[in-house]
Amino acid sequence: MVESVDSQVPLVSIRGLRFSRGSRVIFDGVDIDIPRGKITAIMGPSGTGKTTLLKLIGGQLRPSAGTILVDGQDIHRLGNRDLYRLRMRMGMLFQSGALLTDIDVFENVAYPLREHTNLSPSMIRKLVLLKLEAVGLRGARELMPSELSGGMARRVALARAMVLDPMMIMYDEPFTGQDPISMGVLVELIRALNDASRLSSIIVSHDVQETAAIADLIYVISNGKVIESGGPEAMINSELAWTRQFMQGLADGPVPFHYPAAELADDLLGGAC
Amino acid sequence: MLNALAQLGRVGIGMLERLGRGHLLLLGILRGLPDLLPRPGLLIKQIYSVGVLSILIISVSGLFVGMVLGLQGYYILSQFGAEQTLGVMVAASLVRELGPVVAALLFAGRAGSALTAEIGLMKATEQLSGLEMMAVDPIRRVLTPRFLAGFISMPLLAALFSALGVLGGYFVGVGLLGVDDGAFWAQMQAKIDLHEDVFNGAIKSVVFGLVCTWIALFQGFDAVPTSEGVSRATTRTVVHSSLAVLGLDFILTALMFGD
Repeated sequence: MVESVDSQVPLVSIRGLRFSRGSRVIFDGVDIDIPRGKITAIMGPSGTGKTTLLKLIGGQLRPSAGTILVDGQDIHRLGNRDLYRLRMRMGMLFQSGALLTDIDVFENVAYPLREHTNLSPSMIRKLVLLKLEAVGLRGARELMPSELSGGMARRVALARAMVLDPMMIMYDEPFTGQDPISMGVLVELIRALNDASRLSSIIVSHDVQETAAIADLIYVISNGKVIESGGPEAMINSELAWTRQFMQGLADGPVPFHYPAAELADDLLGGAC
Repeated sequence: MLNALAQLGRVGIGMLERLGRGHLLLLGILRGLPDLLPRPGLLIKQIYSVGVLSILIISVSGLFVGMVLGLQGYYILSQFGAEQTLGVMVAASLVRELGPVVAALLFAGRAGSALTAEIGLMKATEQLSGLEMMAVDPIRRVLTPRFLAGFISMPLLAALFSALGVLGGYFVGVGLLGVDDGAFWAQMQAKIDLHEDVFNGAIKSVVFGLVCTWIALFQGFDAVPTSEGVSRATTRTVVHSSLAVLGLDFILTALMFGD
């Protein structure tokens, strides 16, 4: 396994990232540094490509230009073997949980261990139960994914993402669609796991309050560019009108309330459909 | 005019791209075969899902097709006083053609559509992406066992279809219409050739199994990850598999039995 480089060097370093889908430009010259041991949030409105950014960092998508270094390695220049070796040190929590639906909770969490280690069944059992205990679901180990609530599925997915003790975990919209209790549990878990396991965490989210409560550093992105970055307080009280509108949830501002259209009077009096 | 030409070109390029992706996927699936050796459980689970669960529809269909063959064959052959050769007619029709072809069409409808829907939904619910991020190749771990299961199951299902079809023909011909029991089996034993009939039929079913499973897996893997996309992919699996089976059957028959 490749040794980690200097702890002062960012864990993920993105430079000049460009990515397009067809003619639509998603990222246009994005520079982001993800520090080690911290929780970094990537925030922005829906459709700005936050999930795409995680897939680019994980090497599931290739950028049209720019570089992404993960722990000092250019992820898009790695061969399959090295890429998979690096991914074993990266956990990812998908928005849907992405649990395998034909096996139970225990087997889902044990899956990476069975695939990548030669540990004995009793050792695998202990590790899985410890990880499930950490997310509060040791008692749910025999349930099938279809029997879990959305919040429970994400906690199981979190246990699975942690089971190989990765250096980083990427969270894709972890708070979306959660009830207040599940939301609170997830917020606590993400912070506690990051600190206890000395992880580095990347959260992409548009849930401002929850994310700002646990993030050490926030990048706000829109229209394919980084608008601003800094600590949560600085972002909430930003002098940039766009950042302020997003962080404070204002209905109108630089992002207009109305979708671009002709003048209302012209539309009403025009007659044509 | 130019626009129509450009549109035609785009459609052509799109089809070639899909064909290329399909072949690359097949290559990836075949590369994963050695990984299955230490994990026979993965294959057995899929043989159950793809093959064993198809036994009922294949058996019932085979029985009825054989019964209809017995009935129709008897009425035609009896006009020439040749009803004693009913066993040959039923067995030859089943082993050479109907066994492999109808079993493959049923296989595409039951197992193929299920495979496409399963893989498509795994894609839509990010399970395949999840495997990739766990450093597990979804092609090797998910697609290869299903491919091999289809490849193994299809010839066995075609054999079962033919065997039950012969029994169905026997039941109608001998049991209901009074064809001589000994003549039914003796004529069949004398005229059905192991190489010419049985072996060629088996080759057909192997080819159909490969093609149907490949199409089903590719359509699922290449599906647009939405409910509409998975639904379209499932439909495409049945349509493309059926056309491929019928087209390939003509080509294989011409190669095997043509002079």
